[in-house]
Order: sequence, then structure tokens, then C-alpha cells
Amino acid sequence: MLRPDRQCGVLRRLALVLFAAVSLAGLPAHAGEAAPAAEDPVLEKRVTELSELLRCLVCQNQTIADSHAELAIDLKNQIREKMRAGESDRQIVDYMVARYGDFVLYKPPVKATTVVLWAGPFVLLLGGLASLFFKLRKRVRQAQAGEVMTEEEHLRAAALLQEDPVGKGSTR
Amino acid sequence: MGRYLIPLGIFIVLVGFLAVGLNLNPREVPSPLIGKPAPAFSLPVLEESGKSIARDELRGKVWLLNVWASWCVSCRAEHPVLVELANRKAVPIYGLNYKEVRGDGSLDARQMAPADELALARSRASQWLNERGNPYVASLLDLDGRVGIDYGVYGVPETFLIDKNGVIRYKHIGPVTPDAVRNVILPKVKELNAAS
Repeated sequence: MLRPDRQCGVLRRLALVLFAAVSLAGLPAHAGEAAPAAEDPVLEKRVTELSELLRCLVCQNQTIADSHAELAIDLKNQIREKMRAGESDRQIVDYMVARYGDFVLYKPPVKATTVVLWAGPFVLLLGGLASLFFKLRKRVRQAQAGEVMTEEEHLRAAALLQEDPVGKGSTR
Repeated sequence: MGRYLIPLGIFIVLVGFLAVGLNLNPREVPSPLIGKPAPAFSLPVLEESGKSIARDELRGKVWLLNVWASWCVSCRAEHPVLVELANRKAVPIYGLNYKEVRGDGSLDARQMAPADELALARSRASQWLNERGNPYVASLLDLDGRVGIDYGVYGVPETFLIDKNGVIRYKHIGPVTPDAVRNVILPKVKELNAAS
């Protein structure tokens, strides 16, 4: 068994080889070097899938999967190690949240402090639909009740039609 | 007139949200560890080879844990503030030397044997402290950054204030400033020292 610090070094090398293999996928010379990663493609897939859900705190708009920041690489290694040790995705996510807070989650949990975030758009949408509905209903009612124009407006309209100099409007 | 009041009200509320939001510092992510026990560690001491310090040995006193490294540029700016704080003898400062060798992009620690890495970290860190003064009671060498991860470190420097029961009470992200020492750290130290 390797010592923990040594093991980390090996994993880092593995991550680097993986990166090199991906970026140089076209070169046959590197095909052989990717072998250690290919030994357990299922695990690598799990590592990538989980790290796509986690935010890198150094470059905050990238996931741990995308980021090449030192910390992201360390955390990916940590995820890989924990998966090898048989931990579930849930346990690993909890481990990250315990250290870095909900901020590491790209999909924040629903709780008291995030209710506005989750419910806000739907509340706004419902509010908009409701006000549109009431406004339209009011308009329909006004039209039915003949309240679209007041008496004064009718007179003004008639006066304007009389004045029409071209004559198109006044010929009947 | 009244019909314009509602959009205007909404606009003012939005401006308010934006004004607050744009003035927040997105780099300061609140630590979930505040109020929680400081994660355990047992790490080799920089100053004395062969010796290590564990978290539980620091119980019973209020202390600061300052995360630093010789490759960290902001640490240079922060250092005189820490030296001055140490001279006041108000609170013991322990250093967490974070990835001294691996964190330096110009070095390739993967080629190194663990013993060589430890020796290189020792010489680099001691030289840095010799040049700038050593504010630390002791510096703990976290070569692979594992303890850093346990403390949720995502950028160096960071500083933790830990109470007598080993609970993290405050985290300062980024370089400690004289203002932060005067207005936050020293008052908190005083308060925690007064508590049983």
C-alpha cells in the first residue's frame, strides 16, 4: 500500500496522463499512456459525472470537471479516492458541502434560504399571468357594457369626421 | 400618473437588488465551518524536523491558523501585519504551510520522493520566514493540501480563529489587513478569551 502522500502523487500523475490523452487524442504515441485510466472507465465516468455537478471555488464559473485549477484537480483526486473506497455520490457531495458550503453545488438544495431562488420565477410568472387575465377581463366587460367611449368622445369623433377635408370620411 | 408608479416601484426595487449584488465580493464564500469543530490534523512542524503537532494539542487556548505558502503573492502583503500581530502577543498564530512545493507551478513535485519534497518545503519555507520574520509559534507542513481541503481552503492566504474548545469562530479570506486585525480579530480574541 502506498503512503497517502505518495498515493496522491500517483493520482495526480493519472489525472495528468488522462488530460494529456484527451488533448492529444489524435496522436498514436500517447495512446499507450492512457492505459491506466482505461483500466477502470466506469469509475472515471462516475468521477466526471459527479465533478460536473460541483463548482470550482477558484474559477467560480467552472465545474470541477472543467477546471484545471490546482484545487479542482485535488478535489477530483479526492472524489476518485472516495469512490474507490466505496463511498456513494451522496456521501461525497456531503463531504464537499461540509467543507465549502452549498456554494459548491451547481444545483442548490431547496431550503429556507433558497426558497426565493427556486419559487421566485414561478411566482413572477403566475403574477404576470394573473394581472394579464384580470386586465383582459376588465376590457371585455367594458366592451360589453358599451363603456369603450364616453358620450363626450363620441361627439369629438363625430366632429372630427365632419371636418375631414379630403371628403373620403364624410361621403356616405 | 398612477399607472407609472407601479413600474417605477419595480424598477427601484430592481436597482436596489443590483446595487447590493454588485457590491458583494463573489470571492468571499462564507465558510460552513464557522461554529463547527476545527477539523483534526497531525502535521510535521516546519521549525523542528521529526516533530509534529496535532489539533488536540492546541485545545484550551484561543489561536489563529494562518494558511500561507512562499509562492503566495498576497501572503507577502499580509506578512508584516501578522508579524506585528505576533509582537503584540495577543494571540498565538500557527501557520498552515499549504502545498509549499506542489502549489508552485514552476516545480514538478510529481518527480520527487516524499522525503525530498518535505526537505525542499522545509528549506523554501524557512528561507521565506528568515527573510521576512516569523510570526508563527509553529508552521505545519501540509504538503499535499489534504488538511487545506478539510478546512475548506480555496485560496491562500486564509485565516481561521479557533476558540478554547477547538471550535472555528471566524474565517478571514484573503490577506489580513490592519483594519481586520483592529476591528475584527482582536475584539473577537478578547471576547473568546473571556469566555470559559
